[in-house]
Amino acid sequence: MISLDGSALAGALADVFGQDVSAATCRCTQCGDVGTVAATVVYATDMGMVARCRACSAILLTLVTAPGGRRWFGMPGIAAVELPG
Amino acid sequence: MIRRATAWHVATVADTRRETASARRIELEVPTWPGNEAGAHVDVRLTAPDGYQATRSYSLASSGEGTRVTLAVDEVPTGEVSPFLVHDLRVGDRIEVHGPLGAFFIWTPAAPAAVSRPTQLIAGGSGVVPLFAMAEAHATAGDPSPLRLLVSVRTPEDLFFRRELAALTTADPQFRLDLVYTRAAPAEWPVPAGRLTAERVRDVVADASLRPRVYVCGPTPFVEAMSQWLVADGHAAEAIRTERFGGSR
Repeated sequence: MISLDGSALAGALADVFGQDVSAATCRCTQCGDVGTVAATVVYATDMGMVARCRACSAILLTLVTAPGGRRWFGMPGIAAVELPG
Repeated sequence: MIRRATAWHVATVADTRRETASARRIELEVPTWPGNEAGAHVDVRLTAPDGYQATRSYSLASSGEGTRVTLAVDEVPTGEVSPFLVHDLRVGDRIEVHGPLGAFFIWTPAAPAAVSRPTQLIAGGSGVVPLFAMAEAHATAGDPSPLRLLVSVRTPEDLFFRRELAALTTADPQFRLDLVYTRAAPAEWPVPAGRLTAERVRDVVADASLRPRVYVCGPTPFVEAMSQWLVADGHAAEAIRTERFGGSR
């Protein structure tokens, strides 16, 4: 499966955060790496998307979409998100 | 920099035209559009009569204020959305767009008095769309810093915005366009067609010592290869911004 990057998540995350967080940074719970959301490794299917840490491949966040439009959003691997001012 | 609010908007198709054999340029009228920086993208959402929805991301070829935005959509043969946009969408149709998105992959002209770094843009195929927006923004602003755009395409007919890019090379003295053809080159082209190599990239790309701001956009394997070669040539990883796309949906 081909990987994308966090640009592919920008819209879906904007629905969650209420703003575009592509330029925000996030800290990986597993390895501590701090990376830009836009630079995460993203895999997208019709079911949803998974973002992985570019440094250690741990799953940072998951987004699953049901046919009716309901969504489940999880951040199992993100210790913190820093939003630019 | 202005922070632009991201929202869902209703867009009406104002104009369409064939861009290449497989791609279409689409101009949308978006009355509620807040304007966008060069490099931004939108998510386009289509809703079928039975309520089924499909959403895909497309880079904007346009930037600035105003309510018109331009996309250039390449058809993915097995795709759900792009064949409709390329073949069936009509002037007057309404679609939903979410944007502007992509705050990390944007380019803005330097402030007039600021000393600014040169810009190096590298496009693989339809990855030229957001980078064309950047080159155009550079020209519109009269930005005095050097800006180079390297585009890798299969054949001359696959180059998006080729007339506009040619016009920019005349209109913008700081703009340089480098083209690499991977399958078939024009008749008198000095270099035979072939894959972009690390050596060729080193030859045409602004030297790392100039500390250019680098933007790479294209299919994931292209972006990964470019990024590796650039870092190997001494460009700082932080100086390189990337946008990857896949062609499978």
